[in-house]
Amino acid sequence: MILEQTLNKNEMKDLERNSKVQIDKKRIERRILINKIAKVIFSLSLVFALIVLAILLYRIGSQSIGWLNGGFLTRNLSIFPEKAGIKGAIIGSVMLMMIVIPVTLLVGVSTAIYLEEYASKSKIQDFIRINISNLASVPSVIFGLLGLAFFGRLLNLGSSILAGGLTLSLLVLPIVVVSSQEAIKAVPNFLREASYGMGASKWTTIRKVVLPVAIPGILTGAILSISRAIGETAPLVVLGIPALIMKVPTSIMDDFTALPIQIYYWTLDTVLTPEYANLAAATIIVLLVTLFLMNAIAIIIRNKSQKSY
Amino acid sequence: MSQLYDNKTVYDVRDLNLWYGNDQALKNINMKINKNEVTAIIGPSGCGKSTFIKTLNRMIENIPSVRTEGEILYHGINIFDKIMRVEELRTRVGMVFQKPNPFPKSIYENVLYGPKIHGVKDKASLEEILETSLKSAALWDEVKDRLHDNAYGLSGGQQQRLCIARALAVQPDVILMDEPTSALDPIATAKIEELIDSLKADYSISIVTHSMQQAGRISDKTAFFLMGELVEFGNTEVIFSNPRDKRTEDYITGRFG
Amino acid sequence: MRGQFSSSYVAFINPREKEYKERSEMMESKTTIREQIRTNIGKRKNRTDQVMPKVFLMMASISVITTLGIISTLVFDAAKFFSEVSLVEFFSTELAPLAKDPKFGILPLINGTILSSLIAMMVAIPVGMAAAMYMSEFATAKVRKIVKPIMEILAGIPTIVYGFFAYSFVTPLLMKLIPTLEAKNVLSPGIVMGIMIIPMVASLSEDAMSAVPNALREGAYGLGSTKFEVTTKVVVPSAISGIMASFVLGISRAIGETMIVAIASGSSKNFTFDITQSMQTMTGYIVEFTSGDAGSGTTGYYSLYAVGLLLFIFTFVMNLIARAISKKFREEY
Repeated sequence: MILEQTLNKNEMKDLERNSKVQIDKKRIERRILINKIAKVIFSLSLVFALIVLAILLYRIGSQSIGWLNGGFLTRNLSIFPEKAGIKGAIIGSVMLMMIVIPVTLLVGVSTAIYLEEYASKSKIQDFIRINISNLASVPSVIFGLLGLAFFGRLLNLGSSILAGGLTLSLLVLPIVVVSSQEAIKAVPNFLREASYGMGASKWTTIRKVVLPVAIPGILTGAILSISRAIGETAPLVVLGIPALIMKVPTSIMDDFTALPIQIYYWTLDTVLTPEYANLAAATIIVLLVTLFLMNAIAIIIRNKSQKSY
Repeated sequence: MSQLYDNKTVYDVRDLNLWYGNDQALKNINMKINKNEVTAIIGPSGCGKSTFIKTLNRMIENIPSVRTEGEILYHGINIFDKIMRVEELRTRVGMVFQKPNPFPKSIYENVLYGPKIHGVKDKASLEEILETSLKSAALWDEVKDRLHDNAYGLSGGQQQRLCIARALAVQPDVILMDEPTSALDPIATAKIEELIDSLKADYSISIVTHSMQQAGRISDKTAFFLMGELVEFGNTEVIFSNPRDKRTEDYITGRFG
Repeated sequence: MRGQFSSSYVAFINPREKEYKERSEMMESKTTIREQIRTNIGKRKNRTDQVMPKVFLMMASISVITTLGIISTLVFDAAKFFSEVSLVEFFSTELAPLAKDPKFGILPLINGTILSSLIAMMVAIPVGMAAAMYMSEFATAKVRKIVKPIMEILAGIPTIVYGFFAYSFVTPLLMKLIPTLEAKNVLSPGIVMGIMIIPMVASLSEDAMSAVPNALREGAYGLGSTKFEVTTKVVVPSAISGIMASFVLGISRAIGETMIVAIASGSSKNFTFDITQSMQTMTGYIVEFTSGDAGSGTTGYYSLYAVGLLLFIFTFVMNLIARAISKKFREEY
């Protein structure tokens, strides 16, 4: 079309006569139209995702209004909806994380260090790497079965916080390993060389040079894995956590309830007590706000640690 | 250190051969590096000069497929000997790399990294090391007011001098330099060359360089490597004015490489 | 420090002498520090350096032990199940684990799993692909910057929340469209599961498309192609194995998804193809049974592990397929 403006009619005709392929203007315009329509349709997919997210948040938010208040956060569980609170579930979730955080960090970061720094690029490394990627795709409910058989029955931990925490730790282990590996891999080799060049041993180099540089990346991954663990429900349900626990847990050997479990049981019981839906919604808001805060922290860490080298 | 050795020789390389997998990178190298001298190692890229200098402190062993034969005597002790620990060797033999590679820490932490990991805890000693090392590297006056700033705030040339200070802080007697000025501008390069000249009084320096002018300016001895072989080794003036080998002459006069 | 050196020199005769004196003092102190460092390194036994690799290897082996633990638990307890229940009964359509005369035919579970996964993929594949094509080929950097976090939020919402959403919002909404829809049905959780999987399909497919070399695109643009033509005729065919792998991983995710179906599709063990009815998936069965009163040691308890083993094999095979496909993809460039 721009061509038409710059060339006069005769020149245009010449151009068309000389061109071996007949340019069909209608066809071109149709193709451009299709392109435009496709772009709109494709972008609608994103609009769809956005709308779903908005509806989900709006629905749950509006259902929780009037139910989510200070009393709800600090009261114990009750079968009467208006008296029920999630103090026990909050404490249960916090205590679960107090197990998940140290266990996954210790095991996950150590595994990553082994794979990236010690394992000579050999079969062991490949084997562990493939194993971890397989583990990452095992459905969470199966981790529940492992926890039930191994921690619950074999080690006789029952459905305690310890059993739940260890089960969740194994579940999110692959996430921590992979993200820590990425973080360690991103440490430039010239820093290691500098350290070795001064007579530092491997472990000294890892401790003093590699880990300090990799720590923001490791933390970001750790926060992501914890936010996965905190919302995970199926493995805990499979461990056989009772539906109604009035007592607030005081030790890691106690039975417990956690935020996602509470959501599950309240949702199941909405048939009998419709108000439970509001309690579930209020609990979801608490859970989502927690997750949002954790992700915000992860983003802040990521942004603050823009590498200087 | 009771072995008898020629007081002037720091390194005595004897029949050194090195392979990456099946490719031989160094062939039958024999040479000596003397105390308080600057030994330049020149040659076209891929000739093995970098491999050679990294063998002197066994940094080359970080590449898994490397295999060596022959011996390198450092003050009379074979560095490949079992009693020689790499950590100990590298404490005595400092290294400066092609690209300035300070740690993403403060200038202070960079210089004192070595002494600290080697167990110097006493604050006065650390302060002393900091000052002497930075002074020796001709950096003290430029950084003394911002010792706790991040090292990456320095210019490239300053970073490289910081890396030299960091190497000096471990109190080595040899400093290996692998093309230390290749990433720097001419002014920064001149400063480093000046520095090398002043360091000669206290240290033995071995420097890989791609610039023949640089080798001519700063070195006492020059070794010319070609395709893994040590073609010619001798006093720098002789090598540059009157080389024995045709290949050295061709290289120096710019006919190839 | 400077003061310390010059304190013994109230007045110096000439600067050179001062320099000399300073230098020799520096050298002297250097020798002592040098000795200190050298004795330290000579003395220090690098015990930690010998121990740490072993510690790390031990830690790294925990992931391997976990895998072995999963497999052995499933196989061991499933074996107990199969010693009491024949394979023929296992692959039949009648499921009544808590009846007086329990029946353990799991075809209803497999059926429920496949149907819910199919519905999910019918949502996730078109929407995810459209999103991936838009993000990879059409979107400006600004749009990407806004959309990526939204997708990340969608991907980060716990599945229990999606389950609640399916049951309390999507099902009532669908009931208005399909009056015969039951309160628990497989359609609603299927759709919501699809929504949950959209970010996964979108981001994996987008990665595959972004990896297509620009030279291919430029070739097509040079011939006067529109963006849509370049996308569908050049980019998607080039990235097809990566895209397929994302679909397979999506299916694997749908098969293993638990809480959405556990909440919204109920626990009916009927063998039916009517998606408006309640059905149970394999995962739903495991959750229902363990949160109930399945006593340890009963056949019903061991049936969990038989179903779990089957589920594990399903997802494992999917994972293998995805890896084989994407490996092929890597070989193409």
